[in-house]
Amino acid sequence: MSAVVTASPSITGRSVPGAEKEVLAQLQVAFGSKLKDAKIVRERLVELVIDRADLVPLCTYLKDTLGFEHLSCVTAVDWKDRFESIYHIENYYNGCMVQVNAQIPYDDPKIATLTGLWHAADFLEREMWDLMGVEYTGHPNLTRILLPEDFKFHPLRKEFAQEVDRQYITRRKLRGGK
Amino acid sequence: MPEFWINMGPQHPMTHGLWNMKVKVDGETVTDAKPEIGYLHRGYEKIMEVREFQKNVVLTDRLCYVSSITWSHAYCLAVEKMMGIETPERGQWIRVVALELQRIASHLMWLAAYGPDLGLLTGLLWALRERELFLDLIQLMSGARMNQNYPRVGGVRNDLPENFEAMCRRSIEHFLEKVDNEYQRVFQESKVFHMRTEGVGKISAADAINWGVTGPNLRACGVNVDLRRLDPYEVYEEIDFEPQVWHDGGAGDSYARFVCRFNELRESCQIILQALEKMPKTGPYRVKAPRRAEGEGYAKTEDSRGEALFYVIGDGDDRPYRVKIRSPVFCTMAATPIMLRGNKLADSVAILGSVDVCVGEMDK
Repeated sequence: MSAVVTASPSITGRSVPGAEKEVLAQLQVAFGSKLKDAKIVRERLVELVIDRADLVPLCTYLKDTLGFEHLSCVTAVDWKDRFESIYHIENYYNGCMVQVNAQIPYDDPKIATLTGLWHAADFLEREMWDLMGVEYTGHPNLTRILLPEDFKFHPLRKEFAQEVDRQYITRRKLRGGK
Repeated sequence: MPEFWINMGPQHPMTHGLWNMKVKVDGETVTDAKPEIGYLHRGYEKIMEVREFQKNVVLTDRLCYVSSITWSHAYCLAVEKMMGIETPERGQWIRVVALELQRIASHLMWLAAYGPDLGLLTGLLWALRERELFLDLIQLMSGARMNQNYPRVGGVRNDLPENFEAMCRRSIEHFLEKVDNEYQRVFQESKVFHMRTEGVGKISAADAINWGVTGPNLRACGVNVDLRRLDPYEVYEEIDFEPQVWHDGGAGDSYARFVCRFNELRESCQIILQALEKMPKTGPYRVKAPRRAEGEGYAKTEDSRGEALFYVIGDGDDRPYRVKIRSPVFCTMAATPIMLRGNKLADSVAILGSVDVCVGEMDK
């Protein structure tokens, strides 16, 4: 396995064609069966599904060995029977993006923090804890960030009430009907 | 004298919106800082879950009211990826023109705000005067000065009007002349401006990447990352342009951030001129998008302030199951304490102004 991905000495600002295949191959060698699902979605985008226990080793490998230095986004999704914490991690050397879906059981919404690897995770994880209630264990300052400190709920969860009626007025109603 | 905290905000002329920067000072020197945000949180991600895909474009317009088209475009792109449709070629070129017009208008708004931060009221008046030219062009194109609701899932709302090209060229020619003479002289060649901005608010390239700083703020650290080039979307692959990166020493200070944004004004003008030339003159500009969709799609674009990322999940209904908005200012805000530490309190205005904060997108 050649190390094309990591060998680029400087950021050139251009993507490397075929880099996503290289990244996927290296990940499969390093983690093998720990990847529950691994596929190339489209050009420059690799998607992985893992268990929450493998998150930190995988991300350490991505950052230190494969050169994925930019944590772009942390998303938490409420699937009603489980949570998912989704990380978009970007490589500035070859323009490749890895999407890591870490699965979390519904009754124990906890996952390890990534603040040890990326400082960017600080605000992003705080936001997701604030809105979705997924606890990032080990986070140095896991407090509310967008909502007030005394707020009791995590509003992005599906159980949080939200007006679900469609947001339009029918023509019949406009004419005075029901 | 013991150290103590000062609240810069939420009502402060420097904040350009409603947020609070708590600054810890030892005499005149800033030793620590803590951004407090969330005053403008409107729960967009939740609201978007009960509206149809197409209707959310109206909401995303209001994420950042000075850079509406770039945000609604990022959303449309993510939904298109999920639905698996692609905009026709002419639609993509029209989008590029709209995006760059919006980028110039947004950068001019920033310039107009940054001038008075440094006591340069001329900057405010001039930049807003020229911004009007571009708002007029956007109005001609979409019908509204702000909150245009112009991009659509699958294309753009309407075709370009007649003689848009000629008016665009005339405005840009006039603008470039102003930039090269008046703006250059009042900002870049002014000694006072240099003294206020050079060497303050430094952040190293490694720190900037690790903290998730993106866009012009990252390029000011000498990192050549422009998503229009690194991960091209629409037709940016066919356009010949140069990402504005700071190459000289002393990178990562307020002056470098200013220069990168300022040069982007010129570069965007060149992109628009090229796009008008290369654009197919006729053809469809929009495809019909399906009402319901299942799957997930993400799109990242080079917004005026950095990397904007939309991640949309659909569950087969006509409304998204989950929308995630990644705001560049939100992440840059996490890094501002590093820029502030060690500087004088009076310089904090020159530093935070150069970051280009937009509270609407930061608080969502």
